[in-house]
Amino acid sequence: MISFKLRGVFWPCLWLAASLALHTPASNAQEKPYFVTYSHDLEEPGNLEIETKSAVGQPNGGNPFGATAMELEYGTRAWWTTELYLDGQATGSDSAVFTGWRLENRLRSLMRDRAVNPVFYVEYENTPAADKTILEFVGHDGEADLAPSSAVLRRDHQHEAELKLILSSNLHDWNLSENFISEKNLGHAPWEFGYAVGLTRPLRSAAGSRECTFCAEKFIAGAEAYGGLGDTIALTLRDTSHYIAPLIGWQLPKSVRFSFSPGFGLTSTSLARVYRVGVAYEFEQIGSWFHCSNGGAE
Amino acid sequence: MRPSLAVLMIALSSMVALGAASNLHWQRVPPKDHARANPLTNRPEAAAAGALLYKDHCQQCHQANAAGDGHKRPSLHSEGLRKATDGDLEWFLRQGDLRHGMPSWSSLPEAQRWQIIAYLRSIQ
Repeated sequence: MISFKLRGVFWPCLWLAASLALHTPASNAQEKPYFVTYSHDLEEPGNLEIETKSAVGQPNGGNPFGATAMELEYGTRAWWTTELYLDGQATGSDSAVFTGWRLENRLRSLMRDRAVNPVFYVEYENTPAADKTILEFVGHDGEADLAPSSAVLRRDHQHEAELKLILSSNLHDWNLSENFISEKNLGHAPWEFGYAVGLTRPLRSAAGSRECTFCAEKFIAGAEAYGGLGDTIALTLRDTSHYIAPLIGWQLPKSVRFSFSPGFGLTSTSLARVYRVGVAYEFEQIGSWFHCSNGGAE
Repeated sequence: MRPSLAVLMIALSSMVALGAASNLHWQRVPPKDHARANPLTNRPEAAAAGALLYKDHCQQCHQANAAGDGHKRPSLHSEGLRKATDGDLEWFLRQGDLRHGMPSWSSLPEAQRWQIIAYLRSIQ
C-alpha cells in the first residue's frame, strides 16, 4: 500500500549507490546504524560518504508518505565532519516534492578518546514544513504536522538553526550515544528541544580471517529512542512524540552499508510506526583525486 | 667552527630530534596501557584477519605495502613502531592523532584492533 511512489525516490538512490560501488575502490568504515542519534564517530579525513536515509509512515488521518534525505558527508579533518543533506518526499494521492537542504558541521572538542566524548553539532536548515524525513523530533512535533497536503505544508517555509550536544562512549564493543537537541526557527518560533539516545554493538567482535558477507562481525544491532522535550513556551512532555526503534546494520562488500529500523510510537501524538532504510557508500580520499601526482607539488 | 663540523652537528641534532619525535606518541601512553600484551599473539589467523582489516581501514592512507606517502601518512615499517609495545599500539589506534589526521579507531571492537596489531607485527 505504501510502496506506490517510493520506488521513484528510493530505487534510483539505491541504483546510484550500487553502480558507484562497482566502479570505485572499497572502503569499509565501522559505522553505527543510527538514523536519528549521532555518535562521536566522524568521517575519516578526505573521505566522502553518500548515504540515503528513507522514512516511510502514515499519519492518522493522512496519506502514507515516503521521504528520503540524501546525505553527503565529508571528513574535512579528523576532528571535523561537514555534511550536506538534500531532502525530498512523496505522499500517496498527493505529490512528490523536493523539500530543501541542510548544512551541518560536527566538531570534536577533545582530541583524545575519553569515557564520554563530546561533539558539537551545528546545522542550518532551509526546508518547508512539507519535509517528512523526520531526522529528529523536537518541541511538540507530532503526526498531525505530517497529515496536511504537501501544497499546504509547502507554504510554511522554515529557516532553522539546530544545535546538538553529542555525548558518546565506546566501552567493551558497545557504543552508547546521547544527543541533546535544540532547534530555533529563525523567523518567529521559540527554541524547541529534543533528545535521542542509542545503543549498538557488533554481533561478533573479532573479524574472520577470510572475506565474507554474511559473517556475524558484518552486522551491528542495537536500538535508539528519540522524541521531543517541549519548547521555551511550554517546556513539558505534554503533546510530545516519542519513539523506540530497534536497529540493524549490515556492512556489505564493495563498501556498501545497509541499515534498517522499524520505529514504534509511544504516545498518542506519535506516528504509530515509521520504517527507516539507509544505504551508504563511501569514497576513499576524494581530496587526492584533485592533487597532481608529481612528487607532492600541486 | 669549521663549516663541515657545523653541518655534522646539525645533522646529528636533527637525527636526535627525529628519534625523539618518533617516540613522542609512546611517551604519552599511560603505564597501564603500555604494559598490555596482545592476547592474539602467536595466533596466525589473527594476522590474517588483521590483513583484511588493514585493507579495509588503513590501506587508503598508509598504502597496500604500508610504506605511507612519505609526507603526512607515515610508513608503518618504522623503528618507532618496532620499538613500541603492543599496548602502545593499541592505545594509539584507540586514540588516533586527530590534530595530524589520524582518526581514532575506538569504534572498532577491541579484538579487531589487536588483529590489526598482529598484522603490523607480521610485516615488520
